[in-house]
Amino acid sequence: MKIVVDFDLCESNAICMQIAPDVFEVRDDDFLYVLNENPDESDRGRMEECVQRCPKQAISLED
Amino acid sequence: MARQSIHIVGASLAGIRAAEALRRRDFRGRIVLIGAEHQLPYDRPPLSKQVLAGNWDTDRIQLTKPEKLEELDLDLRLGVSATGFDLDSRTLSTSDGAEAVDGLLIAAGARCRTLPGAEDLGGVHVLRDLDQAMALRAELDEGPKRVVVVGAGFIGAEVAATCRERELAVTMIEALPTPLGRVLGEQMGEVCAEVHRQHGVDLRTNVGVDRLETGGDGRVAKVVLRDGAEIDADIVVIGIGVTPNTEWLEGSGLTLDNGVVCDATLLAAPGVTAAGDITRWPNYRFDEVMRVEHWDNAIEQGIHAAERLLTDDLDAQPFTPVPWFWSDQYDRKIQLAGRVRPDDDVEIVTGTLEEHRFAALYGREGKLVGVLGFNRPRHVMQYKTMIENGTSFTDAIAAEV
Ligand SMILES: Cc1cc2nc3c(=O)[nH]c(=O)nc-3n(C[C@H](O)[C@H](O)[C@H](O)COP(=O)(O)OP(=O)(O)OC[C@H]3O[C@@H](n4cnc5c(N)ncnc54)[C@H](O)[C@@H]3O)c2cc1C
Ligand code: SF4
Repeated sequence: MKIVVDFDLCESNAICMQIAPDVFEVRDDDFLYVLNENPDESDRGRMEECVQRCPKQAISLED
Repeated sequence: MARQSIHIVGASLAGIRAAEALRRRDFRGRIVLIGAEHQLPYDRPPLSKQVLAGNWDTDRIQLTKPEKLEELDLDLRLGVSATGFDLDSRTLSTSDGAEAVDGLLIAAGARCRTLPGAEDLGGVHVLRDLDQAMALRAELDEGPKRVVVVGAGFIGAEVAATCRERELAVTMIEALPTPLGRVLGEQMGEVCAEVHRQHGVDLRTNVGVDRLETGGDGRVAKVVLRDGAEIDADIVVIGIGVTPNTEWLEGSGLTLDNGVVCDATLLAAPGVTAAGDITRWPNYRFDEVMRVEHWDNAIEQGIHAAERLLTDDLDAQPFTPVPWFWSDQYDRKIQLAGRVRPDDDVEIVTGTLEEHRFAALYGREGKLVGVLGFNRPRHVMQYKTMIENGTSFTDAIAAEV
């Protein structure tokens, strides 16, 4: 599973970071960094929650 | 308790997220999802933003992919309205007929209020659903000479901003002395007013609309204000708030009071829960009975109300979120988390009001109760966490964020 963020849509509101701080981090420069682009398949539930909870629909998962 | 089937009324944000939560919790029974609109569940926030601006096609606002929908294995009934419910006999009436229900989740949302006499007038719009957004967008495409927005709440403000981006002349009318003054307090409301004026909106505050006048062709031509001022208008957009869609529940045996009244766990009656804009419930965290009209709330509440239907009363948890929403206006991202009142203490912790980029904390009785951010999305989330943790106002102000 690969995490893809559309940075044109992302507004750095850190919702995803609240759900998965080990995967997403919004730093002091107010940009989102993806810390782990290929989370383990066992983590799919949490990643899907990030996809759903992102108000900008900026996150997608590629298999 | 083993539930056989669950009916969900309202196939929008709260309804679809509830259906997904049921399957995630391994509910194998029948899920009937009933929605009055003909479209598959779609997202509303872009309607006043990217869709209205003409930047997004409607296929970008789907809330679920078709293959995901397939997996959910729903009995999906689009274009069908619930018309009545009887709690005693547990009968749900719809435009397709009546049927017995086991679990019921009410997620019928809200609709726009309008001005008396405005319904039948051409050129007058409200904005809640996709059809309304497309109708308004089509009229904006024709390049009206002036758009008058009635109400400077969040939806009105976003419509005004989108119209200005399209370089249309905009007058916005607000009955209160400052836009959102009752929500954010006077000082912050004044910042919102300034943002609109800087972007060329003719903002009139502290004055109500007396009437809309037509030019004789059945279309609106003029907005007349209570102070006698007359504004020529090709298009009028009314953004004066919403009414929960509860009419079909009158006489059902459920308690209605500007929404479906639930207990702290979102239960409205045995085996009946509610979620989203239609729901009124006591949020213990703020010691307040509230109805919240925010996107994130509809999701969280949809999930909680779904799980509540699968949980025994003794194990049920209260729903105690810190409400949070955003609004995009011009190049500003405005976000508010918490429950703020106009008379709360306010402290700017980062940035300045002048540059319209700041985070402001709201305190009450020594506690942090809210945070407002203008282009400070990360800060808002971090202070939201502090609200969740019950941080004191002084500690929040002192915190390094
Ligand atoms: C233009 C616009 C912009 C917004 N922007 C933001 C934003 O920037 N940030 C934010 O936080 N929030 C925003 N919101 C609010 C957010 O979209 C709502 O809080 C959310 O849609 C609520 O979801 P819901 O499922 O409770 O209700 P709704 O989305 O209102 O859905 C209810 C559904 O139930 C259906 N229904 C009603 N009655 C019946 C019946 N009797 N039988 C069957 N179906 C029925 C309706 O047709 C509708 O499809 C915006 C809303 C709008 C309209
Ligand atoms: S939730 Fe979405 S918008 Fe927010 S930081 Fe994550 S990707 Fe960006």
